[in-house]
Parts: sequence; C-alpha cells; structure tokens
Amino acid sequence: MKSNFDRILSSEDVMRRRATFLQKIHVDGPLLILLLTLAAGSLFVLYSASGKSWDLLIKQATSFGIGLVSMFVIAQLEPRFMARWVPAAYVIGVLLLVAVDVMGHNAMGATRWINIPGVIRFQPSEFMKIIMPATIAWYLSKRTLPPHLKHVAVSLGLIGLPFILIVRQPDLGTSLLILASGTFVLFMAGLRWRWIISVVAAAVPVAVGMWFFFMHDYQKQRILTFLDPESDPLGTGWNIIQSKAAIGSGGVFGKGWLMGTQSHLDFLPESHTDFIIAVLGEEFGLVGICALLLIYLLLIGRGLVITAQAQTLYGKLLAGSLTMTFFVYVFVNIGMVSGLLPVVGVPLPFISYGGTSLVTLLSAFGVLMSVHTHRKWIAQV
Amino acid sequence: MSQPIRLKDHEKDARLVRSRVVVGAVAVVVLICVLIARLYFLQVIQYEYHSTLSENNRVHVQPIPPSRGLIYDRNGVVIADNRPSFSLSMTRERSGDWTQVLDTIVQVLELTPDDRIIFEKRMKQGRRPFEPVPILFELTEEQIARIAVNQFRLPGVEVVAQLVRHYPQGEHFAHSVGYMGRINEKELKSLDPVNYSGTHHMGKTGIERFYEPELHGQVGYEEVETNARGRVLRVLKRTDPVPGKDIVLSLDIQLQEAAEAALAGRRGAVVALDPSTGEVLAMVSQPSFDPNLFVTGISFKAYSELRDSVDRPLFNRILRGLYPPGSTIKPAVAIAGLDTGVITASTRVFDPGYYMLPNYDHKYRNWNRTGDGWVDLDTAIMRSNDTYFYDLAHKVGIDRLSAYLNKFGIGQKVSLDMFEESPGLMPSRDWKRVTRRQAWFPGETLILGIGQGYMQATPLQLAQATALVANKGKWNRPHLARTVEGQKPVDKNPMPDIVLRDPSDWAKVNHGMQQVMHGARGTARKAAIGAQYRIAGKSGTAQVVAIRQGEKYDRSKVQERHRDHALFVGFAPADSPKIVVAVMIENGESGSGVAAPVVRQVMDAWLLDPQGHLKPEYASNAQPPENAAREE
Repeated sequence: MKSNFDRILSSEDVMRRRATFLQKIHVDGPLLILLLTLAAGSLFVLYSASGKSWDLLIKQATSFGIGLVSMFVIAQLEPRFMARWVPAAYVIGVLLLVAVDVMGHNAMGATRWINIPGVIRFQPSEFMKIIMPATIAWYLSKRTLPPHLKHVAVSLGLIGLPFILIVRQPDLGTSLLILASGTFVLFMAGLRWRWIISVVAAAVPVAVGMWFFFMHDYQKQRILTFLDPESDPLGTGWNIIQSKAAIGSGGVFGKGWLMGTQSHLDFLPESHTDFIIAVLGEEFGLVGICALLLIYLLLIGRGLVITAQAQTLYGKLLAGSLTMTFFVYVFVNIGMVSGLLPVVGVPLPFISYGGTSLVTLLSAFGVLMSVHTHRKWIAQV
Repeated sequence: MSQPIRLKDHEKDARLVRSRVVVGAVAVVVLICVLIARLYFLQVIQYEYHSTLSENNRVHVQPIPPSRGLIYDRNGVVIADNRPSFSLSMTRERSGDWTQVLDTIVQVLELTPDDRIIFEKRMKQGRRPFEPVPILFELTEEQIARIAVNQFRLPGVEVVAQLVRHYPQGEHFAHSVGYMGRINEKELKSLDPVNYSGTHHMGKTGIERFYEPELHGQVGYEEVETNARGRVLRVLKRTDPVPGKDIVLSLDIQLQEAAEAALAGRRGAVVALDPSTGEVLAMVSQPSFDPNLFVTGISFKAYSELRDSVDRPLFNRILRGLYPPGSTIKPAVAIAGLDTGVITASTRVFDPGYYMLPNYDHKYRNWNRTGDGWVDLDTAIMRSNDTYFYDLAHKVGIDRLSAYLNKFGIGQKVSLDMFEESPGLMPSRDWKRVTRRQAWFPGETLILGIGQGYMQATPLQLAQATALVANKGKWNRPHLARTVEGQKPVDKNPMPDIVLRDPSDWAKVNHGMQQVMHGARGTARKAAIGAQYRIAGKSGTAQVVAIRQGEKYDRSKVQERHRDHALFVGFAPADSPKIVVAVMIENGESGSGVAAPVVRQVMDAWLLDPQGHLKPEYASNAQPPENAAREE
C-alpha cells in the first residue's frame, strides 16, 4: 500500500516539476508542440511548392529559428512591463508608417519597407500587427467595461490612423489584419451588441448609396472584379481558376507529396507564398487540409483558454485579440484561395514562405506565452 | 454634488471577457465548418470535373484580341483596315531549351544573327506563363512551308494567323491618321494589362493614337483545355471580344489628292477646313512616308533613312511646324484694332515706305519701299501695307494684341483630336519676363503687327484663325473624326467665341480680304483670275533667316533652304464660306505668287463640279465673279 501511494505521489511530483520547468522559462508546452508540428509540416509542403528548392527551405528554417528566439525573448517580458512601453511603441510605429509614406523604399511595386542599406530593412506595418491590439488593450484596460461611447471613439481613432496609412501603401491585406486586431480588442472588452448591430445595419444603406450616387463606372467595375475575381480570368481570376483546379483535383487523399501537377508546371502563381494551400490541397487532399485546420483549431483553442485564464484585463484583451486575429489569417487565406472570398494579400500562417510574417506571428505567440506564464497563482490551472 | 465613485469590478470584467471568448470560439468553429464545406464541395463533389481538367489536360485562359476599328474617309473610302497575316509565335514553356530552338529557326529560315537578337528581345517581352509570343511577322508562303517541314525540330513554335493593320492609301494619310507599331516596354506600363493581353500593337501617332481606346475595343477570352503538348482539346467557356469602334473621318480623299497635286512635289503643308463645323477636309504635309512600313516593325536602315532625310518626311508640318505667320495674321490684328476702337474702317495713315516710333530713329520698312501714300483699312489689307499695321499694333499695344491673338488660337492648342499638336507661341510681357528676363520693347509690338518677331504658329492655327474671320468669331475646334461609331466627337474644353462690340467689323475685314483677290491692286489678284466664286484671302511670308537693317532681301544671295517660306490663307465663297484653306510652302518665297495658286486649286477642287461649274449646293449665295477695277 505504502509503496503504491509513494508511486502515485512521485509521478505527480514529476508532472509538477516538468510544468515548473517550462513555466520557469516562460514557455507554454501545448503551444510550443503545436508550433513545432506546424513548422515541420510547413517545410514539407514548401519543399514541394518551391520546386524542391533547398535554398528556400533553408531560408524558411532560418526564419523559423529567428522567430522562435524572438518568441522566447518576448515570453520572458512581464505583460505589465510591456504595457508600460506600449504607448511609446505605438507613436514610433505610426511615425515609421508616415516615414514609409513619405520617402519609403519602393519594393515590389508597393511602398512598405523602411530600408537603411546595410543596417536594417523591415516593414513597420508588421510591427503594428502586435502594437495595434496592445495599444487598444492598454487603453481599454484602464476604463470601465463595457467601454463607453467616448472610449470606443478614441479606440477607433487609434485604429484608424495606422489603418489608413497602410491602405495608402497600398497593402489591403495587412491593413485589414490590423483593423481586425484592433476591433477584436473592442469586441473582447464587451462592445455592446446593439452598437455592433447598428454599425452593420448602417453600413448597408451607406454602401448602396455610394454605389448608386457617388461611384464612377470604372470604380464599380473594379469592385465587381474584386468581389468576383473569376469575371476577370486574365487578371486575378487566373490565379483563382488555377488554384481551384489544383485543390479540386486533389480529392480526398491527394495526389501525394511532390506529385501535384498544377503547382509544378508554373500554372499556379505564388504557389509557395499566398497560394500555398492549393499545393497542400492538391498533394494531400481534403484529409491534409483538415489535419492542418485541426492544428489551427487547437492553437486557437489554446489561445482562448489563455485568454479566459489571464489574470489582468490587459492580458485578457490582448491575448483574445491576438488569437482571433490569427484565425482571421487562416480564414481569409483559405477562403480566398478556394474562391470564397476576394483576393487580398494575406499569407497562410506558418506555412506560406516569408520570413517577416513568420517572425511576427511567433512574436505574437510569445506575447500569449508571456500572458499565461507570468500569472501569480499558477496552481489555479 | 459628488460624483459616484466608480470602482473597477474585476470579477464582472472577467465574466464579460469570458462570455466574449465563448462567442469567439463558436464563431471560429462555425467558420472552420464553412471552409471545410467549401473544400468538400471542391474536392469531393466537383472532384471529377477538376481532376479531368488537371490529369492529362490543362486549363488555359487565352485572350482573344478584339479586331481594331476601321477608319474611313468622309465618303466611305477605307483608309485603315485589318489584313490577315501569318506570324511565327513561340511558347517558352513548351520549347524546352528555347535559345536553341531560336537557333534552329534562324537556320531553317536562313535569317541573320541580327534577326536572332530581335527574336530574343521579343521573347523577353512575354508577360505570362504559357503565353505564345509572336517573334516574326508577315511570313511568306515559303517560310510557312519550311516551318511546317521542320516542325518536329521546333517544339513550342507555331504559325499563327492574326490581323495586322493595313493602310491601302499609303502615303496620303500618314500625317493625319498616323500609324501603328509594336507596343514598347514603356507603353506597356501605361496600358491596361488585361485589356491588352492579346494585343501586340497600338496606335503610335495621329488618329490611331488619339482614338486608341476607342479603336482598340475590349478583349475577350477563352477558357480552353489543352493536352500536354499544348493543343487545344475543347473550349470550356468563351467571352467574345468587343470589337473596336469604326471612325469616319471628315477628310476627303479626292480633295487630299488635289491638294497634294497642287503642291506639285514642293515641300509644304495644306490644311482645308469647313469653317461652320471645324471639320478638316484635307491635311497634307509633304513629303510624306508609307505608314505600312511601321506596322510590323521598320528595319533600322529604312528608319534612319527617313529620319535623317534633309526633306524630313516624318516631320508633321501641319501640327508641329512652327512659322512666323507673317502678313496672314493681319486680318486678326485688324479685328483687334477695330474692336479696341483705336481705328475705324476710315482711319487713314500716311505711308512714306517706312514707319518710325516717336523718339526712335529705327526705320520699320514697308515691303514696298516707295510707300503706298494715304492708306485706309481696306487698302491696307489689300496691299498688305506694313506701315499701317505697325501703326495699328503700336496703338493697340502688346497686352491687348496678345489677348486678341490668343482668342484667335495663336499660342494655344486648337485641335480637338490631333495627337501632339504644338501650341505655337504668342508672346506677351509676362512671357518675355519669364523666359528672357527682359522687359518688353515697343519695337517688338510693331513687328508682331505684321506677324514677325517671337510669334510662331502652325499651319493648322493659321487655318483656324482664318476660319474664325470667315465664321464671324464662332469657334469650332478643327477635328479629323466626323463620327466615332456614329457619335460626333464632343469638345470637352470649348474655346469661347470671339464676340465683337460691333459685329459688322467682321464684314469690313472680310471685304479687305476679298480686295486682296479681286481688287485691281490686290496682292494675289492673279490667283483669282477666272474664279467662279468670290474668294477672301491673305498672303504672308515667313522669314527663315533674319535680314539686317538696311539690307535688302536678295534671292540670288540666299541659299535655297534659307529662302522665305510662302504662306497663304483664304476662304470661299467669301459671303458664305464653305472652305478655309491655309497653305505653307517651304522656301517658296512668295505667298501671293506661289502659295495663293495652291489655295485656289484646292478651293476649285472642293467647290466646282467636274465640268468646272460651281456645285449647286454652293451656288445659292454666290455672286457673279467680279474682276472689275472698282477702286481706280
């Protein structure tokens, strides 16, 4: 009996010690496991999508490494410490966006980069993806909830300024993500349902009025093509037609790794960046995509648990917004590649090739870990 | 009154956020289900469809270029049409090692290394994957046969039939209709990439360029299924292109030919307008060139020959040629004098053969050194008396003169639909201060009065200024397109009509211009001999090189290319003008002697029937010819 009791106790002891170790270094186990799974899967798909390019693979793996380090570093910072610096970071971010607007370096036909040759080259809009929700969370966590109209108005102003600057770059995808990250904080803070409903209700007649009274024919045409890219098969519609054929031809189980035909014959443009889900769909089928969606769902679920368990209001709002924004990435990207949504430049998180977005996303998860592991009474888990 | 103290209720906040987390989780699950449903639809329900498309066959979207609108003259004669032509196109993705295939093409067709360089350049202009790029145009029967025999060595190469622009009238309309050419990289950036995805040529000059959007039309497309070798198996979906709009020009090919014949090989320009509508009836700039050369790519040698020729055939003298208007501007200057009130029709000036400004000793010479004695307005126009107009310009002053001549279109773009028209130059005090950093000198006003000095105008502007006198100040911008797909072109930037305080002033100037042609001492009376209708006209001379004070223009001393340009403007019938003609003959020297007969021939060609009688539609208001010496 006694030995048995001992054994139970000792196994509990081991559990606690392991948890303690991870918590000591401020890393959340479930999140880390899911992220590493995604990273491994991403390299697999990318190898196929890039046409077996080791070069690209090594770059992506390096970005992953850098992202994990930055996640780890951010996880060490206490949320309260971060909150203190958020207003300054917001001001710096907006100033950088203005700088990009004024004299930004022109890359890929759109101005998004700050470039000091030999020193640094980065997109201030990526930086804003984390600073934006942190700012609104910082602001609203000092007010009574649900927020008053005045505080909602101030929040919308804080969101609107960087949003407009990024739309002007023009980078519709990123600006929408930033808009979403800011408004999700408002939503998490208990923005009144009747306000949400009345804004949506007011938007409809305004849009209809604009359409009939203020827009030129060419503007209407542009919006119609945007909403229905397949009406423009020589422009953006071409990508959609090809990506639908790629996904559809994958069937339930897919054609097998490296066996996709659509993506390998240059039919599919941007197959390793925004449209990479089409390669996944073609080679691994519905099963592959569902597996990916499951991992995303678990990540989001963990994020929402962290939100619910966060002790400070600031932590709750920030974690909730980051998690929901992550979902927006997933939904908009898969929706657009499968022809459900208009084409805006949103990458598939952790799978699409691209170092900057990888580092930003992992940093956001670093924030989540920080919120979760710096709580006062761990025992409550 | 004390405010209630608000304490943060942490437990309530936490509950609120937690309820929102639940709402968010539900939304996430629902939307993930939407995505899975969409993928189920694509990958399970539509699996058969997508998998047949993708197994051995491939889906392609092929642009179908619209057929370009045709261009007709006012009587329906075709000026620009589309002719089928065979070209060689190559698809890089299907050619394997495409540079090697290019070598094979060069070898099979026995071409030169220069051609190969051009092919390579054209291949690099390809815009999308699997897009066939045309690299050689106008294949001959023999070339097609050679390609067919060697097809097995030429993967990804095919002979394609396409429509190519053709100008059956050759040189006649090169300066008005213009020509088409291959789209270059700079132009590609400014064009709508979707609408031009199947198009490799665009208008480069003239009507072809100005009405490019109308002539081009809207691209169509085909979604086709091809096998692995690129052969089309079936068409899945087709949207027809919208063909370009046809344009009917106001130009008349017979009048155009008559005007060219009247120039008789001399270098020069002829513009004929209908003053009541602004329609351009003839537009000649000689020498000209064959626009067909440019359509499929002119060889470098042929182009440099055209470009470097001393006769400048590529130079559009009507729109870009800048000349001092000389005495042809005098009718407009006379209108300025009458309307400002500084003269009346009976004001007289004594002409001793020169004019001197008070307190200056510079003599401004009349062309007639002996002087014309007492001169009134009618005589001044008839004799083209410089002294009278020096005095008139001095009295009007530079500011008012500049303003009036601006109203006549000098220094402005006057046309409605002509590409790269030069605005010319109407000097003013401000202009001189800005460009030369100098004050305006009174002497410069004087020479403006006889159309010399800084002033520069195109033959088109001279024609339009004359049309305004003929039409009593009513502005109609000169235009070449009569209708675009049945629609008249709209003037979006109309010029204000010239409204005079006393509209009868128009008739006074008109009468003076008639005296030029029909008066006993009229400078161009020889050109009007035997006319079936009354003509109003004015000659002019544009100096090519300046003549120093006290020196006389001596043709024997002047090189042929430095001789004066001959100018003449006129309209007829004088009482109800149906046609305005402006003529410039390079180095022609005498406006009344050389240019006036050309004007007369063009008017005859328009107003007379083949038997030499006035056409009945122009005869209603016509008066019997009058050559009697009335003044003497």
